[in-house]
Amino acid sequence: MSFPWAKEYTPQTGLTKFLDEKLPLPRLVYNAVGAGYPVPRNLSYFWNFGVLAGFFLVLQIVTGVVLAMHYAANTQVAFASVEHLMRDVNWGWLMRYTHANGASFFFVVIYIHIFRGLFYASYKPPREMIWLIGVVIFLLMMATAFMGYVLPWGQMSFWGAQVITGLFEAIPLVGPPLKTWLLGGFAPDNAALNRFFSLHYLLPFVIAGCVILHIWALHIPGSSNPTGVEVKDQSDTLPFHPYYTAKDGFGLGVALLVFMTFVFFLPNMLGHPDNYIEANPLSTPAHIVPEWYFYPFYAILRAFTFDFILPAKLWGVLAMFSAILVWFFLPWLDKGPVRSGHYRPLFRKFFWFGLIPVMAVLFYCGGAPAEEPYVMISQIATAYYFLHFLVILPIISSIERPDPLPFSITEAVLGSDKKAVLGENAEPVAT
Amino acid sequence: MIRLVGILIGLGFTFVVLLAFVTGAYTAATEEVAETAEHAFHEESHGPEAGYSFDGPFGTWNLAQLQRGYQVYKEVCSACHSLNYVAIRDLAQLGYSEAQVKAEAATWQVPGVNPDTGESEMRQALPTDYFPSPYPNAVAAAAANNNAIPPDLSLMAKARHHGSDYIYSLLTGYQEPPARLLEEFPDAAPGPGLYYNPYFANLNLAMAPPITSDGQVTYADGTDATISQMSADVAAFLTWTAEPTLIKRKQTGWPVLGFLLFATILAWFAKKQIWADAKPRRKD
Repeated sequence: MSFPWAKEYTPQTGLTKFLDEKLPLPRLVYNAVGAGYPVPRNLSYFWNFGVLAGFFLVLQIVTGVVLAMHYAANTQVAFASVEHLMRDVNWGWLMRYTHANGASFFFVVIYIHIFRGLFYASYKPPREMIWLIGVVIFLLMMATAFMGYVLPWGQMSFWGAQVITGLFEAIPLVGPPLKTWLLGGFAPDNAALNRFFSLHYLLPFVIAGCVILHIWALHIPGSSNPTGVEVKDQSDTLPFHPYYTAKDGFGLGVALLVFMTFVFFLPNMLGHPDNYIEANPLSTPAHIVPEWYFYPFYAILRAFTFDFILPAKLWGVLAMFSAILVWFFLPWLDKGPVRSGHYRPLFRKFFWFGLIPVMAVLFYCGGAPAEEPYVMISQIATAYYFLHFLVILPIISSIERPDPLPFSITEAVLGSDKKAVLGENAEPVAT
Repeated sequence: MIRLVGILIGLGFTFVVLLAFVTGAYTAATEEVAETAEHAFHEESHGPEAGYSFDGPFGTWNLAQLQRGYQVYKEVCSACHSLNYVAIRDLAQLGYSEAQVKAEAATWQVPGVNPDTGESEMRQALPTDYFPSPYPNAVAAAAANNNAIPPDLSLMAKARHHGSDYIYSLLTGYQEPPARLLEEFPDAAPGPGLYYNPYFANLNLAMAPPITSDGQVTYADGTDATISQMSADVAAFLTWTAEPTLIKRKQTGWPVLGFLLFATILAWFAKKQIWADAKPRRKD
C-alpha cells in the first residue's frame, strides 16, 4: 500500500504509543488522510469533491439522526410531525432545511466528482475497483434520496413513490406482484412509509461502509491526477497533510458558503411547492416530477414512447437503469492508453461538445412537462447519451492519436524533470 | 467482446429511441396541438405594488400588517378555511401580549369534552389550542361547499409557486370572464358555482370572491381597508403561518455567512502559505 517514500507514523506520546500497540487507529488515519499518504502534487480543485462528498455524507447522517428524533413514520401523523419540527422544535427548521438542501448539494458534488472521473478517465486501470464502488455508492445514494423524499408524506412524496414503484410493474410477469411486495400494498401507504423510513435510516450506513471500501481501494494505486501520468518518484507527490488538508479546507469553505446561502435564503428553491400539501391519494398533481438530481434519468425514462416489440414503458425502464449501469463497464469500453482528457483531442471534443451539453439538456427536459418539444429533445439527447458511452467512446479510444504526455508530474508542474528520459511517454504506452 | 456487445446495445437503444423520435416528430408535424384556455389566459401572479416587508434577504415582519392579516383571516377566511398547524399561542409572535393572546383565545370555540358527563361539547379555546377547523370533517366541508373542500391555509404560502404573490393575486384577481375566452373556449366558461380568476391554475375556482368590497373589515388600527390592503395583509399573515421562522432564518443566515467568509479567507491564506514552498511557478 502506498509509495515507499510515504512517511511512517511514529507515536510521540505515551497514549499514542499505547494505542498504536493495541489498536493502531491513529496510524490508520495518518496513512489514510494524514502525512502518511503521498498525493500527486498537481491535483486541481476538481480533486476536492471527494472530500466534499464525504463531508456531506457525514452532515446528512448527523442532521438525519436529529430529524428522526422528531419524525413519526405513520401516514396519519408524518406530515404533521414534520410541521411540528419546523415550528416547535428549537432550530428544527435549520436541521430540516440543512438535511433537504444537503441532499441536493451531496448530489451536486457527486455529479462533479463523477464527471471529473469521466473527463480524466479515472476509471482506467489500475483504478477500476474505485470506480465500480463509486457507481455502487451513486446507486445507493439515489435509493436513499428517493426514500427520504417520501418521508414528509406530501403530495410529491406520495405521487413520486407511486410513479417510481410503478416502474417495476413494467417488468414482464413478475412486475405487478413485485411492486405489491415492495410497497407492502397496492399503493404507497403506511406499510410503504414505514419500510422506506427504516431503509432510509439504514442505507446511509451502507454508503458509509462503501465509502470506506472506496478509499481503501484508492489507497492501493494512490490518487489519479490531471496529467494522467502515474507517480514515478517522490518529487511527484506531496503528503496529504498539510498540503491537501489545507486545500480541501479552503474548498470546503467555498462549498459551505454556497450551501448555507441556499439553506438560509433559498431553502425551498430546489424543492417542489406541492410537497407542502399533505399526501392525498385522490388528487393527482398536474406535473409529477422527481427531485432535480433524478431529472436526467427521468428524461431518459420518458424518452421511450414507442412500442417496439417490448412496451414503451419497459424500454424506458431498461434504458433508465442501463444509463447508470453503463458506467460499470467504462473501464472496459474505453481502452485508450492515455487517461487524461487534456491529452486526448478527440475524446475531449466529444466530452465538452457532446456529453456535457447532452447532460444539461437531459437535466432540463427531465424537469419539464411531458409534452413537445421537450420529449423530442430528450429523445435526441438520450440517443446521444447511449451512443457516447457505448459506441463513440469505444471507437475513439481505439482510433485516437493522443498528444504527447509530459515525462512526469514533476515535469508538468515545474517545466522540467532532471530524471526525464528522452522520448519516454512521447508515445502513449500500449496497454 | 465487451466493447462489441456494448456497441450493439448502444445502437439498439439508439434505434428504439430514434423510432420514438420519428413517430413523435411525425405526430407533431401532422397534428396541430390545440391551444388551451389555461395557456392563453392564465396570468403570472404578482404581489402588491409596495411589496412586502419580509421580501429580500434583509426582510422583517411588519407586525401591524400581520395583526391586520390575522383579523382578515378571523373575520373572512376562517368561515371556510382551517389553520391546522398554527396554535393560538403562536399569536404572541405577532406582538400580542400574553393577556391579549389569552383574550384572543377566548374568542374561539374548540371541540372539547364535558368534564362531568364526558359528552363532547364546544368549549372556549386556550392559548395552547390550535385554531379550530370550521367543519367537523372533510365530508361536512365538501357538503357545505358544492363538493369542493376548502384547503387548509397554514402552508398555502409555501404550497404554491410565489406563494404570497399568488394569494394576493388570487384574492384581487376575480373578474368577469373575458369575451374572447367565451368566444374561443366556450368550454372554459365558469360553470355553476365556479368563478373566473386568471391566476387560478385552471381559471375557474369554486371559492366565491371572499373579499368583495372596501371596508369589509374594520381594522382595529384604523388602516383604510381597501380590497388591495386586505388582500396584501392576509397574504402577509399566511406567509407568517407558512413559516413563522422565516425572518429568524434570514437573520441567522447573515452571521453564518459572515463567519464562513472569514473562515474561508483564513483558509485561503493558510493554503497559500503551506503551498508556498511546494508550488514553484511553471516555467513555460
